[in-house]
Amino acid sequence: MASSAAAVEQPAVVLHRGGGSLARGVALGYLSIVVLLPLAALVWASRAGGLGEFWDQVTRPEAVAALKLSLGIGAACALINAVTGTAMAWVLVRDRFRGKSIVDAMLDLPFALPTIVAGLTLLALYGPSSPFGIDIAFTRTALLAACLFVTLPFVVRAVQPVLLELDEEMEEAAASLGAGSFAIFRRIIFPNLFPAILSGVALSFARAVGEFGAVVLISGNLPFKTEVSSVYIFGQLQSGNGTGAAAVSVLLLLISLGVLLGIGGLRRWRTRHDYV
Amino acid sequence: MSGITAIEVTKRFNGFTALDDVSVTIPEGSLTALLGPSGSGKSTLLRVIAGLEQPEAGQVLIGSEDVTDRPARARGVGMVFQHYAAFKHMTVRDNIAFGLTIRKRPKAEIDKRVHELLELVQLEGLAKRYPSQLSGGQRQRMALARALAVEPSVLLLDEPFGALDARVRKELRSWLRRLHDEVHVTTIIVTHDQEEAMEVAGQVVVLNEGRIEQIGSPRELYDAPSNEFVMGFVGPVNRLGETFVRPHDVDVRLQPEEGAFEAMVERVVHLGFEVRVELVRDDGQHLLAQLTQEEAEQLELERGQIVYVRPSRETVFSRSGGSPRSA
Amino acid sequence: MSRYLLRFGVLGYLALLLLLPVGLIFYRAFEHGIGHAWDAVTTPQALHALELTLLVAAIAVPANTVFGIILALALVRTRFRGRGLVNAIVDLPLALSPVVVGLALFLLYGRGGWLGGLADDGIRILFAVPGMVLATMFITLPFVVREVVPVLREIGTEQEQAAETLGASPLQVFRRITLPSIRWAVAYGVVLTTARAIGEFGAVAVVSGRIVGKTETLPLYIQGQYESFDTSGAYASSVVLALIAIGTVVALRAVHPREEESES
Repeated sequence: MASSAAAVEQPAVVLHRGGGSLARGVALGYLSIVVLLPLAALVWASRAGGLGEFWDQVTRPEAVAALKLSLGIGAACALINAVTGTAMAWVLVRDRFRGKSIVDAMLDLPFALPTIVAGLTLLALYGPSSPFGIDIAFTRTALLAACLFVTLPFVVRAVQPVLLELDEEMEEAAASLGAGSFAIFRRIIFPNLFPAILSGVALSFARAVGEFGAVVLISGNLPFKTEVSSVYIFGQLQSGNGTGAAAVSVLLLLISLGVLLGIGGLRRWRTRHDYV
Repeated sequence: MSGITAIEVTKRFNGFTALDDVSVTIPEGSLTALLGPSGSGKSTLLRVIAGLEQPEAGQVLIGSEDVTDRPARARGVGMVFQHYAAFKHMTVRDNIAFGLTIRKRPKAEIDKRVHELLELVQLEGLAKRYPSQLSGGQRQRMALARALAVEPSVLLLDEPFGALDARVRKELRSWLRRLHDEVHVTTIIVTHDQEEAMEVAGQVVVLNEGRIEQIGSPRELYDAPSNEFVMGFVGPVNRLGETFVRPHDVDVRLQPEEGAFEAMVERVVHLGFEVRVELVRDDGQHLLAQLTQEEAEQLELERGQIVYVRPSRETVFSRSGGSPRSA
Repeated sequence: MSRYLLRFGVLGYLALLLLLPVGLIFYRAFEHGIGHAWDAVTTPQALHALELTLLVAAIAVPANTVFGIILALALVRTRFRGRGLVNAIVDLPLALSPVVVGLALFLLYGRGGWLGGLADDGIRILFAVPGMVLATMFITLPFVVREVVPVLREIGTEQEQAAETLGASPLQVFRRITLPSIRWAVAYGVVLTTARAIGEFGAVAVVSGRIVGKTETLPLYIQGQYESFDTSGAYASSVVLALIAIGTVVALRAVHPREEESES
């Protein structure tokens, strides 16, 4: 996975007058039709009944419970991934063993696998017909497992390239100055990895909060228990409460936007000490 | 401060022998250069001394202690790398203070020492800057200060000026020499630049293909090289059959003389005080002669001119070493 | 010592979360024999679902490839205000819940929406293929752009400028210099886009109404099978998608070996 499009800082050269404006126009036009227009319609629909209605919809007990659950799962996922993702990146970059490249390739699987299949696979293993007798279906643990599956690659893939590029001489210098392995990790390696970990965490948070396909089967979607916001929205739409669905959706949209802008800011902060 | 001794050190990488039974003694307080081409093993030897590489065989002594089995952090060496290895996420002050911070020295002591060192390396006022805001030369001076902060018994520099501009390199060379005069830490500098080694070091160790070719002062290496490799590495040399002649030992005359042979002037290059004359003998052999501006003016050499050339000093290498022979 | 601990901790985590579940799907699918599994994936409904999935991908992927390249060029090679905002919008589909995406489209093209009038003119968007294509296009928008942008930035404009001084027209420069230099990035992006397009579930679920035989893609079909207790059928179709996913991962490796730099 490559770095976000937000990595662009400055243009190298201006395209030929005509070509440049044409490209820009076409690009922005496409973006507007495919992304902006639908989102604008969403925001519009959410305020259809006025701000009071919006607030009512958003503060309904079931909606609030769903949102809390989504945010909680998202945060838990993000934290767990911060640790496991960094560990995985470390093993992939610094360790050597047979089959390492296969393990590396495997990490792309959650990204390529359809979410519904992801949910089904977890259900097969940890649901009612589990060969191990572990049945966590319809529990919050199942939700967490589903989200962990789906967000597996994010932190690893964010940290890997940074770890690869890390100047090993810095670590050698620190060793020659008397630092032990833990001190080197704490003072040299971790500070340089932190921004990458953070952006991977943010992305996995956003993804987990909005996850639908992987949770819809295994969680049972029990209101107030295992119903997340995405499922709630779907439910509201099916029962004809379009405004309610739109209102909660706008909340999720704002959260996603907030996360993205945060990552963008992080990128600028991360590279502030880089050599020009 | 201590001397360093390497005894019969052998280091291999994947079947490639980087160091082959190398033994050398670095005197206490000296500034020694490890000189050699790429792949000669000089950096490897430095890293073995530092403890960043483990040798297959041999021992490393710092002072009289055998440190062969000790990791880098327990050897009390200060190291400076070609690409600075600056902790780019820390300020200059925190970089220099690092070794002391690790050792949990009190803040007041650290601040005092950092201040002293900043003065020593002439980076006062830059304490709060980040490495990315410094020039290459400044970064390297910071790296030196950082290494010196923990008062190492030995200072190891791995091609420290290799990444810098020619002018900055020259400045830092003399600066290093002066620093060493002041601080007197046993210092080893690795370089592939013979001019740098000759200029900076009191003792030079010439390495080639994992083996030591010669150890001596710059003057000894230049005047009494032990073999063809050393002679050719340490300065320009003309090879005439089995004899070797330095360009400044090539006498150029306008009249035939005994022992002189005929040659044609191909090119005259004026390099300030020095004039380089490219000559060719009638058997096709090319020669380089180095004259002072005065000499060149007297001869009034031109392209295509026929002159008479005679080496005033020749070197021949027998199996036991070189022996200069005056003609 | 700690190295082995870490290694086995990581491998254990991956086995529990990734390998075991996916492995079990294959096992469950073929539990009652390959014949049974084959039958399950070749029912008319399943085949139609597969066809539909591929059709939607076949439209969405080229669209996002072409426009993705244009977007990347616009972002890297031109100046404009609000670049940061555009960057965020391009990345939005990655961070946004697919249900929200589906809903947005539903509200735009549905009855009462701004473009709801299209249905009256006979152009069905919702509950039809066009809606599903639009949803997939939204979801898979970022991939080609994100892959191409850093490559464009890295290779700079020197080669293109050199070509210009040698007399090449802008179109020639694009075709002969720019395009070849980004081809591996584009290929990698296309593979990612295709995988995502084939597997998309949430957005398509909202927009399609899941009309069996008409707007039911394979992921939707799988959900349907599971909910009607045809678990082995669901597993069998999952294996089809899982194989496509594995094929994707292999293709990704082939097109962009992890530690090498992309060709420019």
